[in-house]
Order: sequence, then C-alpha cells, then structure tokens
Amino acid sequence: MSTTTTPAAPAAPAVPTGALNAARTTATAARVLRQLRHDPRTIALLILIPCLMLILLRYVFDASPRTFDNIGASLLGIFPLITMFLVTSIATLRERTSGTLERLLAMPLGKADLIAGYALAFGGLAIVQSALATGLAVWLLGLDVTGSPWLLLLVALLDALLGTALGLFVSAFAASEFQAVQFMPAVIFPQLLLCGLFTPRSDMHPALEAISDVLPMSYAVDGMNEVLHHTDMTATFVRDVLIVAGCAVLVLALGAATLRRRTA
Amino acid sequence: MMNYVPDPPHPTAPDAVHADDLTVVRGPRTVLHHLRFTVPRGQITGLLGPSGCGKSTLMRSVVGTQAKVTGTLDVLGRPAGHPTLRSRIGYVTQAPSVYDDLTVRQNLDYFAAILDPGRASAERRHDVARVLTDVDLTSHADALAGNLSGGQRGRVSLAVALLGTPELLVLDEPTVGLDPVLRRDLWNLFHDLAARGATLLVSSHVMDEAERCHRLLLMREGRILADDTPAALRTRTGTDTVEAAFLRLVDQANEADAVDRTKETTR
Repeated sequence: MSTTTTPAAPAAPAVPTGALNAARTTATAARVLRQLRHDPRTIALLILIPCLMLILLRYVFDASPRTFDNIGASLLGIFPLITMFLVTSIATLRERTSGTLERLLAMPLGKADLIAGYALAFGGLAIVQSALATGLAVWLLGLDVTGSPWLLLLVALLDALLGTALGLFVSAFAASEFQAVQFMPAVIFPQLLLCGLFTPRSDMHPALEAISDVLPMSYAVDGMNEVLHHTDMTATFVRDVLIVAGCAVLVLALGAATLRRRTA
Repeated sequence: MMNYVPDPPHPTAPDAVHADDLTVVRGPRTVLHHLRFTVPRGQITGLLGPSGCGKSTLMRSVVGTQAKVTGTLDVLGRPAGHPTLRSRIGYVTQAPSVYDDLTVRQNLDYFAAILDPGRASAERRHDVARVLTDVDLTSHADALAGNLSGGQRGRVSLAVALLGTPELLVLDEPTVGLDPVLRRDLWNLFHDLAARGATLLVSSHVMDEAERCHRLLLMREGRILADDTPAALRTRTGTDTVEAAFLRLVDQANEADAVDRTKETTR
C-alpha cells in the first residue's frame, strides 16, 4: 500500500450551527438522487405507477367522467404522499441500519441539513412524478379542472413533502423494513378512508368527521377539490395549502428530533 | 453558516484523549466502570480485549456518539462530543458504514463535501485521490461499494475516515476478516499516519497486532487491566508475548474476583 507524504495540516474546524448549511444540504440531496440513479427500476416504478393508475381509473369510470374528475383529482394529491412516504421511510431506515447515519452525525453535518437534503431530493422527484401524472390526467385523460393545473401541482408537491416528513418520522420507530412497510397501512390507510375520497367528510359519523378534521390528508384532498371546482384561488384553498405545508414542517421537525447524535 | 472558533494551543492537554472516572451505562448494564486512561498524541494505541468487553463502547464515547457517559473524557483538549471535534476525528465503525448503492468515489466525494463544503473542488478531488491511494483502492474507485468484497468495503469505510487528515483516528477492528498481506499493509499505513502526526486508537482482539502498537490498553469486562507499552507489559508479567501477558493478567483478575466472591459468601 503506497502512501503519500502529505503533512498533517490540521483542517480548519467547521462548526455546524443550528442553521441550514446550503452546501451540505445540496450535497446530501445530490447523494440521495445519485443513489436512486443506480436503481433505475425504482425510478421507473415511482414515475410510471401513478400514471398507470390514473389510466386505469379513467376507464374504470368510463361511463361517469364526473366521478373520474373527483377521484382523479384527489388521487393526484394522494399518490405523491404515499410513494414519498414509502421511499423515505425505507431510505432513512437503511441509513440508520447501515451505520451511515451514525457516521454522518459524527461528522460536521447538521440534522437540518440531512432532513432538508432528503426533502429536496424527494421533493424534486415528486415534482417530476406529479407533473407527469397531472399532465396526463388533464390533457390526455380529460380530467376536467376548473382552476389552474399549476395549483394541482402545488398541492401535489406539498403532499409529497408531507409524505417525506411522515416517512422520516416513522422510520425512527421501525427496526426493520418489514415494520417500516407496515407503517404504511397504519399511518396512511386511516387517512385515506377519512380524507373524503370515498364519501364526503360531512356524511361521516360526527366522531369520524372530527378525526378527519385533524388529519392532514383531508386538507390535501380538500385543496385538490377546490382547484377542481373554482377558477380562482379560494380562501379555503389557501387554508388547505397552509395546513398541509404546516403539517409537513411540523412532522419534519419531529423527525429531526428523532435523529440523535448520541445513542445507546 | 459557520463560526470559525480559533483553536487554542493545548499546553495543558498534551494527550489526545484523557479519561478519568469514565462510566457508561447501557440499559440496565454498566458497560464501562470508572475508567482512567490516556491516549498520547502521535502514537498508535491499541485497545485489546475479548469481544463484549466494552471496546466499541469506549470508542463510541471518545467519538461522542455514545449516550449516558459520565465522568471526565477530554478529546483533543475538548470534552468528547464537542461540535468542533466532528471534523478533527476520523471514526470507522466495526461494520463498514458506506452507501452500497454508490461507487467508491461517489461515497468519498459525498463525505468530503460534508466534512468541509467550503473547500475548492480541486482540493477535495486531491484529498479523495490521496485516501484512495492510502487504502489501495484507486483501481476500484468507480465500482459500486455493494459489489466489493467485505475487506474492500471495510477499506472504503477507512478511506472515508482518512478524509480531511483528521488529528485523531478511532478505528474499531479495522483488520477483521482481512488476509495477512492486507493486514500487514494496513498496519504499515497506520504507522505512516502516526509518523505524519496523527493519533490512532485501534481496537482488535487479535493479539499479534498488539505488538505493532506503541501503547496498549488491555480491557476485560468494562475495566482496564493494563495501560502500558508492549515491552513493559511483557517485562512486568515475565512473558514473551503480549498474548501471554494478557492471559496472565486475566488469570490474576479472575483469581481476585474469586477471592472477592468467597469473601462475600463467607460474610
């Protein structure tokens, strides 16, 4: 093993503060995307499955385009949430079990840098996924949106961030991939049932309606429906968007709290 | 944003690591009991003992990733785990901690960017090329880490720790599962790094490696049996090898324990 004779110059100590370091965040995002690039099948599945599901849905409701409009718009918000939830929870779990998380936290990397890096990478992926799904639904499958498709995309992106945040958070409570995958039905399914996709929330048992009022996916679907039925940005839409974004930030902060530099 | 705090010289702390009354609790069990030891600068200190004796816990405490550490533990003149230490310590865990779905170079590029994002990219590339040469993986730089052999992945993990020329290297069983030639090469590298001014704390349970250390910490059941040079250990115990010295010390400790137990039962 040959060695070079570099003098041991002490490196300038970099002190990470609580604030976000842009260079470390983008380096982390680039690394996450680079990992995905070595896994083209996952990328293909992420991008194609929502499109295929929308095509399927369109012809399932071949006779009632109104139903396709309603469910299709809601699904445009739900797909990115579910896929990003799954991808992030597994990716973070792998980071924890492979020892790379411990290594990173022993290095001058802020917890916020790591989380923002993941959010940036998966957020970018979600934009591609949602843009394709929205474009397909609106222009090829004839999804009838009164408002701007850009607003649909905005809600989809926020949903993806919420999914990333939830995935990051639950991965702290999963000791294996098996457990992580089981968190999907535990965290996502109740929201799916209560979000108003199957029946308007006002028709539910009052107790369930109250629960659905505090679940973020309800607002994601509400927001999509606002865009579907109104030309302009309504006050309800703004409220929905702010709630989904607020939940995403809150859960990301909770996720950051689960990252410990010192562990037993 | 980064705050650059100029490091004061360390006139009062010539040792790289100084521990006094160091105790670590994991769950219901006390893993390290009131340890007192030092790791001198610019030398290779071997940490030896049977598996499960607390070597990894001690190393994690020095690096600052171990929870529930009490007592005094100063590392490079700062309390262990101090944020300024994170770029001054290179740490290699027992299991290689690298991204299997990245190439060797992509792994190193990423960790180099995390270590010092302010550095010019040319300088960073030079650093990556240097550590690849150090661990003899230049020819595998563009292979996926997941496709490498276990020993090669371990060397990628070591290369990451060498980035940025850290002052202190904490290596947890770096030669486990390696063939004799690679083991010799790595030990030559460790001596080279020490000659360049780095301090190394290397754990092992292979006793013949102990002979290659400047100093030894012999551990058993969370306690330090001996803290000395290999030669002094052999002389003190009247043995020819560090292995024999270690066994002698373990036997003495076992006898002492047995005496303690009989005292307790007869009381």
